[in-house]
Amino acid sequence: MDQAYKPRILVGKPGLDGHDRGVKVVARALRDAGMEVIYTGLRQTPEMIVEAALQEDVDAIGLSILSGAHMALMTRIMELIKENEMTDIPVFLGGIVPNEDVLELQAIGVKGVFGPGAGLEQITSFVWDEVKEKLARDNA
Amino acid sequence: MDALISQVRQGQHRAIARLITRIENSATAAEQAVIALYADTGKAHVVGITGSPGSGKSTLVNALAKAFRRLGRTVSIIAVDPSSPFTGGAVLGDRVRMRDLSGDKGIFIRSMASRGKLGGLSQATSAAAKVMDAAGFDVILIETVGAGQAEVDIASTAHTTLVIEAPGMGDDIQSIKAGILEIADILVVNKADRPGASRAKRALEAMLQLGHATRVRHHGVMMSSGAPAAETAVSDWQVPVLETVSTEEVGIEELAAAIVNHRIYLKESGDWFEREKSRSRQEIEQLLQLRLMDRLRTTVPENNHDRLVAAVAAREMDPYTAAAELFDQMSSTIRESEI
Repeated sequence: MDQAYKPRILVGKPGLDGHDRGVKVVARALRDAGMEVIYTGLRQTPEMIVEAALQEDVDAIGLSILSGAHMALMTRIMELIKENEMTDIPVFLGGIVPNEDVLELQAIGVKGVFGPGAGLEQITSFVWDEVKEKLARDNA
Repeated sequence: MDALISQVRQGQHRAIARLITRIENSATAAEQAVIALYADTGKAHVVGITGSPGSGKSTLVNALAKAFRRLGRTVSIIAVDPSSPFTGGAVLGDRVRMRDLSGDKGIFIRSMASRGKLGGLSQATSAAAKVMDAAGFDVILIETVGAGQAEVDIASTAHTTLVIEAPGMGDDIQSIKAGILEIADILVVNKADRPGASRAKRALEAMLQLGHATRVRHHGVMMSSGAPAAETAVSDWQVPVLETVSTEEVGIEELAAAIVNHRIYLKESGDWFEREKSRSRQEIEQLLQLRLMDRLRTTVPENNHDRLVAAVAAREMDPYTAAAELFDQMSSTIRESEI
């Protein structure tokens, strides 16, 4: 991959919880890994997130949900992504997600789920790998 | 590329987004896009919004976009934030203040990182604005990087430049300094519900009165070297100083009206075309510079170049002589190749 390539990553919080410390730390880590992070902030609806991802032409979408509403929110977001033909964009999630939900989230297309204790290095290298794969698909 | 271009002409948001990404990542793509779309541009009113970090630019853009939508105009927004000089990464956070604009197909927002360019914009900003113009947006709002005293590139990109100040940012000495205040077509004192707002407004008005008799518009050409004097003309436009509280949307209708008035003024006075001319001149000069630099790289062997760089670094040669030598080498190679 072109070393100068700047991946564009949308980072935001869908739903109503106001705990944004974690998502800001991740945004900062992705920035420090050389990516351009479009930070949309708190209390985003699924529609807002998908619209922003389309306008910003992002390479990945990273969301943080600590409210417990991850199944409902992510189901809607993945539906909208499909409707807008954006399924080539990898989606990853951070938050408090019970193990049994992780498999379900993966089944609806969420590429990565990061719980408490996930390292920043782990997240940034996951995002880099996903972006590289997406670019390879785009150029194929 | 051709499919993308025709979708952009139809105003398709996805195509606009993809084309801007290509422009950001490749000079060749930018060239192709501008060549293909240039005939479709020139209709939009390009409005620049600049001011120091935290003066409230993004919130004001949010409120202004809504005001223009109420006037029936479609609006696209380019919001530029700085890239890290160390990692090249960036956090583009202007959308946080623009959440009201979601769900409206008459609005398109694009965040851009400055990618090392100084001056408040990114290299791709002007080409991205052309894409939005060709896509049919009526108003293009360009929000610069939080600017200090001298980030004045926006004045040569926009038809109308807003400089946003907030109360308490300095005394009246700041207002007589050269730089950013000089490029304002409209001055805005935002956060006007804070103490010191009326003092800030008075200082700005006093500054404008001082300058009024001899104020000369430079149409942004002050940044380019050797601007011919013929392109500067005394302007009749009276720079208004407006107070706003953008979080409460106070003063926003008046500001939108002032922006519309400035457009009417530019059209009626002929200044619109003058600004287009000086912008075009600057753009051509920049492209010419890039081509000449490319030509230098292809005509002068790299070790010659390196040798001169080393000589200048070691104080064996001065930089003027080195530049002259490189220029001579380049021009003689070009002459030989033409014979």
